[in-house]
Amino acid sequence: MAHILLRHRDIENIHELDVYLAHGGYEGLKKALSIQPDEVIEVVKKSGLRGRGGAGFPTGIKWGFIPKGPGEKYVIINTDESETGTFKDRELVEKNPHQVIEGALIAAYAIGARTIYNYFRGEYMDAAYRFEEALKACYERGLLGQNILGSDFSCDFYCHYGAGAYICGEETALINSLMGNLGQPWSKPPFPAIEGLYGKPTVVNNTETLANVPPILVNGPEWYTSMGTEKSPGVKIVCMSGHVERPGNYEVEMGVTYRQLIEMAGGMRNGRKFKALLPSGGSGPVITEEALDAPMTYEGLTPYGSVMGSSSVIVMDETTDMVWAALKMVHFFRHESCGKCTPCREGTFWMEKVLSRIYHGYGTERDLQILESVANQIGGRCLCALGDFAVNPVLSTIRHFFDEYKAKVSGAGQKQQATRETAVATAD
Amino acid sequence: MALIAEKYAEEIEGILKRFPDKKSAVLPLMHLAQQAYGHMSREAMQEVADILEISPTHVLALSGFYSLYYEEPVGKYVLEICNDLACALRGADEFVEMVCHKLGVPVDGTTADGLFTVKTVMCLGACDRAPMLQCNLKFEEHLDEEKFDQLIARLRAEAESGKEEPSVVEKIMAYAKS
Amino acid sequence: MSDLVTVTIDGVEVTVPQGTLVVDAAKMIDNDIPVFCYHPKLKPVGMCRMCLVEIGVPMRDRATGEVLRNEDGSVRLNFGRGLQTACTVVVSDGMVVRTATQPVKDAREAVIEFLLTSHPLDCPICDKGGECPLQNLTMRYGRGESRFDFSNKILLDKHVPLGELIYLDRQRCIQCARCIRFQDEVVDDPVIDFHNRGRRLEIVTLSEPGFDSYWSGNTTDICPVGALTTADFRFGARPWELTSVASVCTHCPVGCNTTLDTRREAIAGGRSVIKRVMPRQNEWVNEIWICDKGRFVHHYADAPTRLKQPLVRKNGQLVEASWDEALDLVAGKLQQHKTAVAGLAGDRLSNEDLYLFQKLFREGLGSNNIDLANRRLAGGDVVAQVGLASGSNLKELGAGDAVLVVATDLHEEAPVWWLRVKQAAERGAVVVVANLRPTRLDKFATHRLHYAPGEALSTIRQLVNLAKVEMETADSDPLAAAADALIKAKNMVVFYGSEGLTYEETDALARLLANLLLVKNGEGHVGRPNNGLIPVWPHSNTQGAWDMGVHPAFAPGYKPVSEPGLRATDIYAGVADGSLKALFVIGADPVGDGLMADRGQLDFLVVQELFMTKTAELADVVLPAQSWAEREGTFTTGERRVQRYYMAIPPIGDSRPDWQILAQINERVGLGKPAFAASLVFNEIAKVVPQYKGMDYRSLARVEKQWPDVGGEDLYYGGTAHENRSGLGQQWACVAESATVERFDVAEQPVIARDGLQLVRVAALYTSGTLIEQSPVLHHRMARPTIQLAHADATALGLADDDRAEVTVNSVTYETAVRVNEQVPAGLVLLSGVPYIAGLTTAQIRKLETAVAQPTGD
Ligand SMILES: Cc1cc2nc3c(=O)[nH]c(=O)nc-3n(C[C@H](O)[C@H](O)[C@H](O)COP(=O)(O)O)c2cc1C
Ligand code: SF4
Ligand code: FES
Repeated sequence: MAHILLRHRDIENIHELDVYLAHGGYEGLKKALSIQPDEVIEVVKKSGLRGRGGAGFPTGIKWGFIPKGPGEKYVIINTDESETGTFKDRELVEKNPHQVIEGALIAAYAIGARTIYNYFRGEYMDAAYRFEEALKACYERGLLGQNILGSDFSCDFYCHYGAGAYICGEETALINSLMGNLGQPWSKPPFPAIEGLYGKPTVVNNTETLANVPPILVNGPEWYTSMGTEKSPGVKIVCMSGHVERPGNYEVEMGVTYRQLIEMAGGMRNGRKFKALLPSGGSGPVITEEALDAPMTYEGLTPYGSVMGSSSVIVMDETTDMVWAALKMVHFFRHESCGKCTPCREGTFWMEKVLSRIYHGYGTERDLQILESVANQIGGRCLCALGDFAVNPVLSTIRHFFDEYKAKVSGAGQKQQATRETAVATAD
Repeated sequence: MALIAEKYAEEIEGILKRFPDKKSAVLPLMHLAQQAYGHMSREAMQEVADILEISPTHVLALSGFYSLYYEEPVGKYVLEICNDLACALRGADEFVEMVCHKLGVPVDGTTADGLFTVKTVMCLGACDRAPMLQCNLKFEEHLDEEKFDQLIARLRAEAESGKEEPSVVEKIMAYAKS
Repeated sequence: MSDLVTVTIDGVEVTVPQGTLVVDAAKMIDNDIPVFCYHPKLKPVGMCRMCLVEIGVPMRDRATGEVLRNEDGSVRLNFGRGLQTACTVVVSDGMVVRTATQPVKDAREAVIEFLLTSHPLDCPICDKGGECPLQNLTMRYGRGESRFDFSNKILLDKHVPLGELIYLDRQRCIQCARCIRFQDEVVDDPVIDFHNRGRRLEIVTLSEPGFDSYWSGNTTDICPVGALTTADFRFGARPWELTSVASVCTHCPVGCNTTLDTRREAIAGGRSVIKRVMPRQNEWVNEIWICDKGRFVHHYADAPTRLKQPLVRKNGQLVEASWDEALDLVAGKLQQHKTAVAGLAGDRLSNEDLYLFQKLFREGLGSNNIDLANRRLAGGDVVAQVGLASGSNLKELGAGDAVLVVATDLHEEAPVWWLRVKQAAERGAVVVVANLRPTRLDKFATHRLHYAPGEALSTIRQLVNLAKVEMETADSDPLAAAADALIKAKNMVVFYGSEGLTYEETDALARLLANLLLVKNGEGHVGRPNNGLIPVWPHSNTQGAWDMGVHPAFAPGYKPVSEPGLRATDIYAGVADGSLKALFVIGADPVGDGLMADRGQLDFLVVQELFMTKTAELADVVLPAQSWAEREGTFTTGERRVQRYYMAIPPIGDSRPDWQILAQINERVGLGKPAFAASLVFNEIAKVVPQYKGMDYRSLARVEKQWPDVGGEDLYYGGTAHENRSGLGQQWACVAESATVERFDVAEQPVIARDGLQLVRVAALYTSGTLIEQSPVLHHRMARPTIQLAHADATALGLADDDRAEVTVNSVTYETAVRVNEQVPAGLVLLSGVPYIAGLTTAQIRKLETAVAQPTGD
């Protein structure tokens, strides 16, 4: 099957405007401009497209929240992509930039925005040349700027570069960062759709979400819902990483199973045995063998206490120490906690200390209890979702791999007193 | 000092045009300032603050918040190695050890010749190409010991030749000119 | 739609205005939801998570919008997915809030535990201990044992000076950002911020000097832990050892309510001394803020240089004498020179002092030669007619209202008024500033009128003329636009000052502005609350001096005298030419301020003071007075609010309160038995001064419940302000409140041809003076003599930034620093850091070639 999002894999040099145009590029935009903005929103609603940034919010409904009428509005593309194990948006902006631009233009037309920003994580500057070139080409050909394609619709498009902060992927933190403030999230409401960038209504969409929009406009919503499942229609890019033979991005229809995904990625590396996988980078709960036949959809992992999220699948084989994996992830969230709210700021710090102690063999049974209790004290009490994310790897590994934790804390009593200081020091 | 106001005048003008509010330009200007001053020194912060008419304290706040700004001097080449979970599953931790051993510095250390600083960082979006690193923001992927040696040799040669290629930051910010 | 909503909190129904936050609604029914980051004077941010509660809203049918009900008829509630922050959620009709359930208790316990993981356990030596919200809430909601491994604590710097006034203890900070938000949102000095992220967040400043703000001390009040402390109080005392006494700030006409916290000190020989000054809540005056001048200048009260004994000149030397000897001498000499006496007062004295002082002259000596030593702003008589009406609260000004500010830099002269006008602008009020040059209020103003030197009055005259009812659309002329905006406003408040004006010009200005207020558009802008004129008096009780008749032409209560006495300028002339024989100077230093060269031909000079001023050095008798902290009295603010202050510390040496000294002199000149209490003097004032009728010390001490409720008994606003238990004061009614006021005649002022660079003296909050000099903590911040001018003007004089110059004004020469500032209009030189200079002068400026050693600023 031909790719819908990763089209560059089928068509060489599609990052060049001429090539993109020769293959039906900007037809979606033309289609959009030929109908009313409300109708565009309706089409996207009907397609059932849901946010690919992780939360899965229906895209058409999100656009529909933007107040009608005059006044400044903004579209922001979220290319902050900093979740561990996620590299799909990078491939899109590097290899198929026009499809993202086109999708964003359709969004801007639909909500009445005249300015689009693409917020790249700072580390993606080296992945953004083609995107910048694509914008230049669009300006030269009247696809951006005044009266796009001869219509009444005018729109500017700028790239912006962050500077290394995972939290800036959270939409309100992103907006703060774009306004030159500390990249900390704010407590919603107000939602960006009402008060976003510079206090104006703003749509924030993931890069991949927007790349879906042009083909939906061209082929119609029914075409889109014919793929995937009823509640999770369409296609999705899955980032396969970890202990598989061929890590990389795979474009699939929603609803494939995790087992199929591993096979697609060439199976387990060196023929080793599967142990667990993180279905949503570091932020979703780990799943085990029992869930491998679950469909990759927004709902598929609910029975297994996990989520599809951004579908960044980190696969781990039998050699993986799950306490180590949990520590890695907690370290990530401790490092990335913006510090604004108490449970996340203090809790991730504390969890890392305790986990490190346990991992290094200086933990006790009580530490294990504390770890679980601290994790539970964080969950559901933070200002943004990062705090909840941080808890997932801990609680899910405790749930599935309690034995490994147990083994680490048994008989550690003596060692502990003598070398605790050093053990703890290594965690920072 | 006014290092960036002159050197990157066109870039700055272009960046400012992108936003209705000057303050929004602070991150790109800090990238340029770090490029020009070598790190986010107090002078660099002051210059950015002056251009944008914001308090230097705010620039200091930002430089501490974002991990890509260095408040302490760094080597000519900053090697940021991802050893986050996905990369670590593919040998990133061992790779870091190898690099430190080769260059004779600990993590966060700078080689005596001032050429290389080694840092470990969180996921860089290249998990399928691990082990990997960014050298002054440029992706270097699918690395192993041999490729790393080649990389270091190339960088050493470049440093010796004195030829300055535009950096990633400069290349990207140049797009703001047009 | 009704603008009230009813919610149920733990089963108690409460009806509150729309837009109220859940946390405030709960507070109204005494349900104290604990908070850290929330503060009712700051925008909510919901970051500490201490206030988590369960919040349910009625469920509605999607189609019909009708409220869904359970089988038993009760409303079905949607409690969402978890706990919500009471500090960010706005009430809605039918909302149900639960604050005492197990999940809420668990959440509180968790947040406390988290905060304590990084908080040091140094409560026994912490300044905040005893009034610490973290300590209080830990006692109330904490788990009582620690599960955190002590060796995992991060040790951070505990003594970080953010400047020389405020110290940060990094370890104690709980990252609530109250201080950062206060500096940014409330006072627009964003000079502190968070550095780093996550657990490493820490407060930093890069300003020069560190934490460069007139408001920095307030952050130590609103800090919910002991992370921010003032240089002069840290490690000074435990809060429970302090005795708090209500007071009023003596440094500007705002009259901020304060509390003097005192303690007996070993190093003071067991005497009680002031340990700190804190704001006392008065929502009509200063809400819960004070500026750093008000907070830090108090040290003069305890200065070792205070006068302690009466001094009498014998054989050319001032030697200690008994009170009786000194007072007999003063009374005798004054009576001896009856026809050639004069009195000069400072306007920091209390109403009681000033009243008795004028009584001495008018009734005791039969002379009207009485004035303020440094009278610079006219219009007290105008204010008595059309001043800000009683019942006003600047906090109520907002959209639809207007504020006009003329010839003053409120940020430097009356900081809290600046703050209140800024906030009115933020609430949508029209703010018009008219001055020679931009000031810090310009940023918030809707209209900025910068007039040329010499054109202040003609500009204001034009503004008044343009402010006509019939005018509909304003044209592009900024003056017309401003006039239009002003006159259309529902309420209008006008501030005026004396920057760049002579005394006579300020008189004309006051009258012009009164006429503006009198323009009738609907009701006119006098005589009703939140309308009227506010003079930016130079000192804390200039208003009282007018009221008490310390004026050559007005007896107490603005009664014109038949034969006006000499004005201060004439008195100085009389001293020099010998027409005056005896002079009584009280609370003023005319020699030090350059108003009087020497004692001239005086036969007798008596000075009543706190310190050995330049004038006192020349005196025949020096009478040691008590500072405001040692005695009681009343001040009257520029808003004409009469406020009481109380005795906080015992007298220094043998000093006496001014009113008492005066009463004893008065007795000696035959005015009968002296009053033995300040309250009795005030009772006499209330009889003599019609405006003060009905007031007494009890009525001034009256309080009422204030909102927001921040100084009370709760566990979490602790320390942020002192509750006001000692009086909110009383505003006296101006004439316009009960009678019609006619337009004022305005005397034409001579227009002086102005060429060459014009020099104007501009105010700076920390300008050197008798009192501030005695407060070492502020020395680093003192405004040094400085001129500011535009680039072109500087170049023409061969001056550059950071040069030194010699500036001569009215034959006084100052050595100044030079600042090139493009904000300064061409042709103007701003001179600051020197005593007041009236009007404009042609500047004589000379560059100093040899660089003079700069103050090191340690
Ligand atoms: C801590 C955190 C990090 C996030 N990072 C990203 C990100 O890197 N990219 C992204 O598209 N969305 C990210 N999100 C989700 C965004 O907040 C937002 O939901 C998304 O950009 C909306 O776009 P969508 O509806 O198209 O998915 C993050 C959310 C959180 C809480
Ligand atoms: S959950 Fe973490 S990242 Fe989110 S606001 Fe709180 S501290 Fe910041
Ligand atoms: S989160 Fe509500 S008081 Fe801090």
